[in-house]
Amino acid sequence: MQSVDYPFLIEKARQIRKMTIESIGYLGVGHIGGAMSVVEVLTVLNYKHIHRDADDPNNPDRERLVLSKGHAGPTLYSILADQEFFPMDWLHTLNKGGTHLPSHCDRNLTPGIDMTTGSLGQGLSAAVGIALGNRLDGIDRPVYCLIGDGETNEGQNWEAAMSAAQFKLNKLIAFTDFNKIQLDGFMVDVMGIEDLGAKWESFGWFVQRIDGHDVKQIDEAILRAQQEQTRPSMIILDTIKGKGVDFAENRADNHNMKIDYQTALEVIGRI
Amino acid sequence: MSNYENVEMRAVYTQTLIELAEQNDRIVLLEADLMRATGTQPFMDKFPQRTFNVGVAEANMVGVAAGLSSTGKIPFANTFASFAARRTYDQFFISANYARLNVKLVGSDPGITALYNGGTHMPFEDLGLMRNIPGLTIFEPSDAVSLKKLVKQASEFYGCTYMRLNRRVSPVIYAEDADLQLGKGYVLRDGDDVAIFAIGAVMVNEALAAADVLGMQGISAAVIDMHTLKPLDKELVLSYAQKTKAIVTCENHQVINGLGSAIAEYLSEVQPTLMRRVGVMDEFGEVGDLDYLMKRFGMTAENITQQTLALLKQKEKELV
Repeated sequence: MQSVDYPFLIEKARQIRKMTIESIGYLGVGHIGGAMSVVEVLTVLNYKHIHRDADDPNNPDRERLVLSKGHAGPTLYSILADQEFFPMDWLHTLNKGGTHLPSHCDRNLTPGIDMTTGSLGQGLSAAVGIALGNRLDGIDRPVYCLIGDGETNEGQNWEAAMSAAQFKLNKLIAFTDFNKIQLDGFMVDVMGIEDLGAKWESFGWFVQRIDGHDVKQIDEAILRAQQEQTRPSMIILDTIKGKGVDFAENRADNHNMKIDYQTALEVIGRI
Repeated sequence: MSNYENVEMRAVYTQTLIELAEQNDRIVLLEADLMRATGTQPFMDKFPQRTFNVGVAEANMVGVAAGLSSTGKIPFANTFASFAARRTYDQFFISANYARLNVKLVGSDPGITALYNGGTHMPFEDLGLMRNIPGLTIFEPSDAVSLKKLVKQASEFYGCTYMRLNRRVSPVIYAEDADLQLGKGYVLRDGDDVAIFAIGAVMVNEALAAADVLGMQGISAAVIDMHTLKPLDKELVLSYAQKTKAIVTCENHQVINGLGSAIAEYLSEVQPTLMRRVGVMDEFGEVGDLDYLMKRFGMTAENITQQTLALLKQKEKELV
């Protein structure tokens, strides 16, 4: 068994970032911004906190992850390929007709994907349902859910937020990838969501706000959230949209962008 | 006399769910602050841990139901049909159906049975919206007996369903040993001159009354309870199209994209047949009592009779 220490997670995140930009570059277009900003949180979750067997991905007694910002699927696909849920060469089939790896996560197509997502705002409700189902079954494991900051504009999140607090779902640990940019531009210009922490706190959640690219901070926040006895948790990740893809970082138009394979390889060399 | 005479349909629905839940601990119930209307309180009394009231948040209710389903539960999620279709459409479409989960969505107060809640709550479009969801099973029981049987069947197979529930007292049509199957229309009365396909408590009863009136005029009208809109019982539709060469459809819904449309679409390809569709003619709902609304939207035995007579006249002309 590999030792999951911080140097390991830092190196793993670097590897996942490279794999992800390579698979998007192979296709030539993709959700680069939001796929890059979630690399660290997905790495910490999947290599340290989610224990599941690639040979038995649907075992009910497992931690589950709802990637509500389903367009960040390519990052999770890199991790699942690295963890041998499916062959590595699937990464070159991203978004091609008949693929197992669609732009947005699909629980029926991809081994290791727990919920179908992509219509923004729906994942947190599903995570609430999973947490309730686990409670009925006596499965005492966390349910993780990652939502986007732009996604936070969707009202359904706040319906789900109310219900998770009402049902005292302390096993529900959600994250917001707060990279400050939504599809049409900077959030402050389109539809601002600050004070985000205060919003979640007022809905009855245990809120932490950390550097979303610091694996140590992410890990420690998850460990604290796991100790919570009554409230659901929201961990707000301050991130950089497009992190690591130097020419795309923090650009207002980096939600979905073209990248040719040669450029992708050059970027990989600099990560 | 049936055990269900003068029993509210919602009470039968709740009792059925309780009986199913006693046998199967995977069955859970979701509500969106309409428990007093849908009448499911006895379920919550019996299974408080398996009942989830999410408040006035139908979209979240369906999303939560999808999550529960992904852990192996069989969620029955209830709200008014107007909200079930319009307000949760994307959640039901993506989180439940597209995700190939197992959510049983129930819309009560279909069509004019919304009564005093009026036009805002009066769904004439829910069947049409639902019909466009691939693979979804859609049904509307016509009485308490069929409700009990069809709910049980819906709970027993894996896949999403949408049921319309008329929650009030409705005449009992079926004997308790009637052999009703989801996906198969039920011939309540055979006939040779015209076939009347009806769906739901209001219209099946009116269709039966219309057939009585037509019978007195020497017209032999078959009446078929088409409780399952999707999948359509094509075999039965085709056999009556061939036999009677005249079909009337009756629904407590828009004539657009409901039962009449489904039958017309099918027959136009295999056996073009003269038809009349009785239902709402591209209008919004409005407030009133049942008697007023039935007349207002032509959901009466009288209108079915008139439409049938007009159809038979046309059939006579075309067959000459």
